[in-house]
Amino acid sequence: MAHADAHALHPPTSTGIESRKLAIWTFIGSECLFFASLISTYLVYKGKSLVGPLPHEVSQCMLHGKMQQCEPMFEIPLVTFGTAVLLFSSFFVVMALNGAQTGNRKKLLTWLSLTVLGGLFFAAMQIYEFTHFYHKGLGYTTNLFSQTFYTLTGFHGSHVTLGAIWLGTLLIQAFRGKLTPDKAVNLEIAALYWHFVDVVWIVIFPVVYLMR
Amino acid sequence: MSFRKVPSWPARRRVWLSLLAVALLAACGGPFPQSTLIPKGDFAQMVDEVFMTTVKWAVLVFVLVEGALLYAIFRFRAKPGDKQPEQTHGNTTIEVIWTVIPAAILAFIAVPTVRTIFRTDEMPAGAMEIEVIGHQWWWEFRYPEQKVVTANEMHVPAGKTVLVKIRTADVLHSFWVPQFGAKRDAFPGKYTHFWFKTDSLGSFTGQCAEFCGTQHGRMGSLVVVQTPQDFDQWVATQQVGSPLVNNGVVAVVAPADSAAPPTAPADSVMIKGQQEFMAGGCIGCHAMAGTPTAGVLAFVGPNLSHVGSRQRLAAGMLVNTPENLALWLRDPQKVKAGSLMKLPHQLTEEQISVLVAYLRAHQ
Amino acid sequence: MATSVLEHAPARDHEASGLWSWITTVDHKRIGILYGATAFLFLLLGGLEALLIRWQLAKPENTFLSPETYNQLFTMHGTTMIFLGVMPLSAMFFNYFIPLHIGARDVAFPRLNAFSYWVFLLGGLFLNSSFLVGAAPDAGWFGYANLTSKQYSPGMNVDFWVIGLQILGIASLAAAVNFFVTIINLRAPGMKLMRMPMFVWMSLVTQMLLLLAFPVITVALIFLMTDRVFGTHFYVPAYGGDPTLWQHLFWIFGHPEVYILILPAFGIVSEILPVFSRKPLFGYAAMVFSGSFIAFLGFGVWSHHMFATGMGPVADSVFSVLTMLIAIPTGVKIFNWLGTIWGGSIQFKTPMLFALGFLFQFIIGGLSGVMHASPPADLQQTDTYFVVAHFHYVLFGGSIFALIAGAYYWFPKMFGTLLSERIGKVHFWLAFIGMNLTFFPMHFVGLHGMPRRVYTYPAGLGFELMNQIETVGAMILGFSFLVFIYNIWISMRGRAEHPAPADPWNGATLEWSIPSPPQAFNFAEIPTVSARDELWHQKQQRGGTLPEPQRVSGAGIHMPNPSYWPLVTAVGVLVFFLGFMMVGWPLNVAGGLLTALGAFSWAFEPAG
Repeated sequence: MAHADAHALHPPTSTGIESRKLAIWTFIGSECLFFASLISTYLVYKGKSLVGPLPHEVSQCMLHGKMQQCEPMFEIPLVTFGTAVLLFSSFFVVMALNGAQTGNRKKLLTWLSLTVLGGLFFAAMQIYEFTHFYHKGLGYTTNLFSQTFYTLTGFHGSHVTLGAIWLGTLLIQAFRGKLTPDKAVNLEIAALYWHFVDVVWIVIFPVVYLMR
Repeated sequence: MSFRKVPSWPARRRVWLSLLAVALLAACGGPFPQSTLIPKGDFAQMVDEVFMTTVKWAVLVFVLVEGALLYAIFRFRAKPGDKQPEQTHGNTTIEVIWTVIPAAILAFIAVPTVRTIFRTDEMPAGAMEIEVIGHQWWWEFRYPEQKVVTANEMHVPAGKTVLVKIRTADVLHSFWVPQFGAKRDAFPGKYTHFWFKTDSLGSFTGQCAEFCGTQHGRMGSLVVVQTPQDFDQWVATQQVGSPLVNNGVVAVVAPADSAAPPTAPADSVMIKGQQEFMAGGCIGCHAMAGTPTAGVLAFVGPNLSHVGSRQRLAAGMLVNTPENLALWLRDPQKVKAGSLMKLPHQLTEEQISVLVAYLRAHQ
Repeated sequence: MATSVLEHAPARDHEASGLWSWITTVDHKRIGILYGATAFLFLLLGGLEALLIRWQLAKPENTFLSPETYNQLFTMHGTTMIFLGVMPLSAMFFNYFIPLHIGARDVAFPRLNAFSYWVFLLGGLFLNSSFLVGAAPDAGWFGYANLTSKQYSPGMNVDFWVIGLQILGIASLAAAVNFFVTIINLRAPGMKLMRMPMFVWMSLVTQMLLLLAFPVITVALIFLMTDRVFGTHFYVPAYGGDPTLWQHLFWIFGHPEVYILILPAFGIVSEILPVFSRKPLFGYAAMVFSGSFIAFLGFGVWSHHMFATGMGPVADSVFSVLTMLIAIPTGVKIFNWLGTIWGGSIQFKTPMLFALGFLFQFIIGGLSGVMHASPPADLQQTDTYFVVAHFHYVLFGGSIFALIAGAYYWFPKMFGTLLSERIGKVHFWLAFIGMNLTFFPMHFVGLHGMPRRVYTYPAGLGFELMNQIETVGAMILGFSFLVFIYNIWISMRGRAEHPAPADPWNGATLEWSIPSPPQAFNFAEIPTVSARDELWHQKQQRGGTLPEPQRVSGAGIHMPNPSYWPLVTAVGVLVFFLGFMMVGWPLNVAGGLLTALGAFSWAFEPAG
């Protein structure tokens, strides 16, 4: 009679890939369509706002109760820095994963902490950016640019935040010594999700911030 | 191979007969005054030709394929003592054939389709434009060239190409007069169009064909095709008090010996009616010749300057008679629940009869 | 160390019973039954809505229903049938039979499976709770902007619709990930992809469609929700928004959605026709490729729902040709089914009757679809009863008939007793006659000028007779469902006296090799597969039949533990979304926290 060992973390699969890894890839595939729809809508409405503020140009907008000249919204240097941090955090998580897989506790803790910090920094940067825009006259419902921008980057930001929480949970597990090499796949799955979130930003950043 | 008697024969016969009955009955039950199968006009003719092409092929395929199915069901039904049938897994040749033949049939449909798409998109020059504006739940028609504004009833001259440009004032609608061959959805902020030229005189009904809320089902339209002379006469009448002509202000020629002020309406029906029309709040939603709203274009309700001459009321719901007009005025919500005609207060029977006379006088 | 629910099982195993065992179940078979029972009830509700619609339309200018009520009924009829009827009925079969077909003990993620069911149930209940407050969705199942904006739909009706669909979307996405991974990863040794039962192939393609199509409608609904709740203007023209954006996003989802509705039916029929013809499916590889091609092309034809919107001749032509192209692989399937029964020995058992009915009706529905594919012709047909005829032929005559066929076919495996053949045949004929009587005249009344979604029609347009026939047909169809319910009831009542064998139909696939109903662990030993139609192969090798499988103790087989965290997480999801309709952010936060609690507890409990 065939037995399935209760402690076998990697029961044999038809593809040889662990099911949870396959699942996260599948989920990522689905999320691609989600972000593609948001990005397409951003592009469809690009340049069609009836009033300001606008991303790259000076415009007329409603500020402090009256219509006036408004600055272009985007502050590219800040966002570029945040982008770099996010991209680096993808590298950090690869190092952390290596630490987990080889049982190197110090390596795992260091790099995973940096990853989580990177993610939190990015989220904080976005919160700062959104607040700043709001004070410069770009509310959520102000114009087509605002609603497409906030919805798109807001959803991306919430994905970053959820990813940071996920990685943070794994970090806590690591601190408690529970992220052993046989459990490394848990980190690998989170890392895949993290890379995806990064790749989405690699599309959003040029399309939204750099393209005029 | 002869058919053997099978116990289910009575059941099969029942099915055939009922299907035949359905087909016959469905084709009967006419006449069908709003049918797409009675094309009237050049655009409709082109559409009908492509449609008939698809029908011919569909019927052919239907007969062949369903025939094969029914044949197979009878021919290969299990009989006692049947051996295991040959375990065929496929046949590449046949599979290729039955991939290629449908592709060829589709080509026979696709080619006339694409040709007709492009032909129906180009418009013959010198067309007469009519702007169609969908409202919840009535149709506004504006004639830029003739400077006429009317509602629910579109008059066109026979033998002349008409270009219908369609948009909405609120939600999506779709302007459809089946016998002229097309429908086009009405969008805010942009125009869709179709065109037609017809030689068939008469009145042709249409209905809104894009769900637009509560009374989508009763948003009818009427196209009246007239001889060019009759059409010109209609235009002339409609121009009096039209918002597009002198802002709706009608220059009244004072009679030579009259002491009355030149702007006063000539008779008591008009005087009393206009007073009631204004006091009753009607001018809040309706443009009416002789009143301050005569020149208003974008309004909640239809322009009533010539309502007396229309065949129907409430976008095709009621025949235009004094009784129906009174019915409508008495309680529009009862006639057309949810309609945007909400009277500020109930009208008395006296007020209603005054208004009915007034409105009917506006031919 | 292995733990098993069945360690001390006697000869006939006792599965855990009682309400709590159903609430905490993670067994794909139980979840399948839950899906089936729930979906069937929603189907009946949708059918009741249809009967009310037909009663109203039996006479011109009828006043049986007010226009507001009518608009709610036709909206809910469509929404219910699609999202709460056909899709979850397919999910019943995905759940119960995919693991059995591929030789697995359960799906890849049993708790995620339970989560999907609970979210579906809560979403469906939420959507229908709108009736209790007299504010059922009323803007059509396709909810076109800008009618759905706050300005033109100020009540809660559209909010119920938006939020209900978002919740249901989560259920579908979770299930799609689950079944996709299950099929790819949990196949028994030797079960190569090209040996899988066609039902599994069609289900696999369906999951891929779900994964790629649902995110798009999620985004469309998010925009509608922010428009209504926060005041954005994604679809509001006065501020630059474009209602056409909704149409594109909706139909990019909507067209693959109809393939989501039909492909499982294709799979079911592809199982039944061979068994009851006693020969294999004709052209297996072509069936796999045509199904995949249909799904792929299905993403490229969405604007054929928009031929009346004036997209211009080039767009019209492209979408027209692509739509016609789909007819080719669809035709291939129809011919392959014909090729399957051709030369066979056809047994007219009830599953086969419904499968043949499917074939007859799907051909008609497919042909009217080709007629729509021509934009000039479609300018007359779109938004009329001709379209209503088309999609009811493929959805009812197609999907529903196939699902009923599957129900009759697989009932003995699921419940241990066969449904009555005698009553089944009555059911079939009533359904077949009712179906055609209801929907065939719609082709004509549509061509004669009757638009869709109208709560009544004027007298004198010639619509009366056809509408009367349709209403009579609908009543017959409704009655056929009563016969079906009676069949289920009476068969279940007598199931102790009439147990079904493991293999009542001489089946070709693995589910027939285990007892009816199966034990919790499905297979005593995971099978090794060496051919397509594995069971026929085995029987052929043994020169005939296989011995009746015995129930075994199951000791040493480890099955996943039950859990209530999926339900808790599902409730969290519901509460989160409720916050967009009432109370506001406190409810969003509470729901989010509950979801997080559920998810974390789920993640950290021993999966077993």
